[in-house]
Amino acid sequence: MTAFWTLIARELRLAFRAGGEALVLVLFFIMVGAIVPFAIGPDRPQLMRLAPGIVWIAAFLAMLLGLDRMFRADEDDGALMLMRHAVLPLEAIVAAKLIAHWLVTAVPVLLALPILALLLSMEGPQLAMTALGMLVGTPALVGLGGIGAAVTVGLRRGGLVAPILILPLAIPVIIFGVGMADPMSGRGATLFLIALSLVVAVLSPFAAALALRASGE
Amino acid sequence: MNVSAKAHPPLMSARDLSVRRGERLLFQAIGFSLNPGDVLLLRGPNGAGKSTLLLTLAGIVRAESGSVTRADAVGLHLLTYQHGLKARLTVRENLAFWQALYGGPGLGLEAALERVGIASLAGLETGYLSSGQTRRLSLARLLVSHRPLWLLDEPSATLDAAGEALLGALIDEHRLEGGAAVIATHHDLPLANPSGQSTLTLGGKP
Repeated sequence: MTAFWTLIARELRLAFRAGGEALVLVLFFIMVGAIVPFAIGPDRPQLMRLAPGIVWIAAFLAMLLGLDRMFRADEDDGALMLMRHAVLPLEAIVAAKLIAHWLVTAVPVLLALPILALLLSMEGPQLAMTALGMLVGTPALVGLGGIGAAVTVGLRRGGLVAPILILPLAIPVIIFGVGMADPMSGRGATLFLIALSLVVAVLSPFAAALALRASGE
Repeated sequence: MNVSAKAHPPLMSARDLSVRRGERLLFQAIGFSLNPGDVLLLRGPNGAGKSTLLLTLAGIVRAESGSVTRADAVGLHLLTYQHGLKARLTVRENLAFWQALYGGPGLGLEAALERVGIASLAGLETGYLSSGQTRRLSLARLLVSHRPLWLLDEPSATLDAAGEALLGALIDEHRLEGGAAVIATHHDLPLANPSGQSTLTLGGKP
């Protein structure tokens, strides 16, 4: 179990030492969200209605931006190959990397959410539900992203292919994530998002590990 | 199939192994077995499949036919030009990471760095090391977690004369502790004890 935590700690240390990668993601997230009012005009009621959707799109795009760093560096320097003989099975190693990736990409975006909420004139309950939805839904996005990154790790331009690959899979997450912030939707969207997130979180380490094994051959 | 062979199964054995890369059959019908203390040297021209054979033995490349068997709970170390070390982590952090991931028992961090002669660089970011020093750090990785089987791909590349002597000494110690090694190399390694040492030459065929 110490190997598992050591791996997470190493991923975090690398992310923060690599020079503010988390900050780039956060700035990108805010930028995408902030540009929308300029594009559709400063109509406050309309902005408020669209705000959860805008936030989710911005978060999704920011997440895609960081996708390639999940396995690429370890593949290039051979660490992934050496990890095949670690005391942990490859599935556990992938799970640790997914957790670390969630901490590095999703948590900063969540923390930056109030800034975007201000720009999009979101109000208390709506902001709370959107934040809750992102807390529940981002593990699913990271899990799907992990599968995409693992499948494309052997491709030189995999950084561009992975987002296209996972886009259709991520659509349900966005639908129910945005649905949660809609006061008319009831509890159905929340439960569905939780179910989706749990299923993806459990299955994605196995799927991604399988893809990594196949890419080595 | 005698009794003593059953009581002491080899650390690793390969039977009738052939590997294809793309359209090309790299080698076929390779077989050997490694007992504690053995060293198998892989020789052959560039592209003969030495590195691929090591990866096949490590279970990373799939063999087209044949099998590789490892005795239960026999772990292995792989050392290739891909060192798996992060430039932005310090020497000590890199080594501690691999020690945690590969598990004990083994030398302590400081002792291992001392042994490979880079103890004074422990706090330095790994990106500043020369390629020879990086290779020494890779060797330290083999020391901090004891694994009976070493698969080494050109281990003496980028090492200076003292480094080669150190490598030979490390392999000799490893064999005395009951380990075995498969080594792909173009150089003659300075091994003290030539017994138990065999050579497998790959390639040469179109």
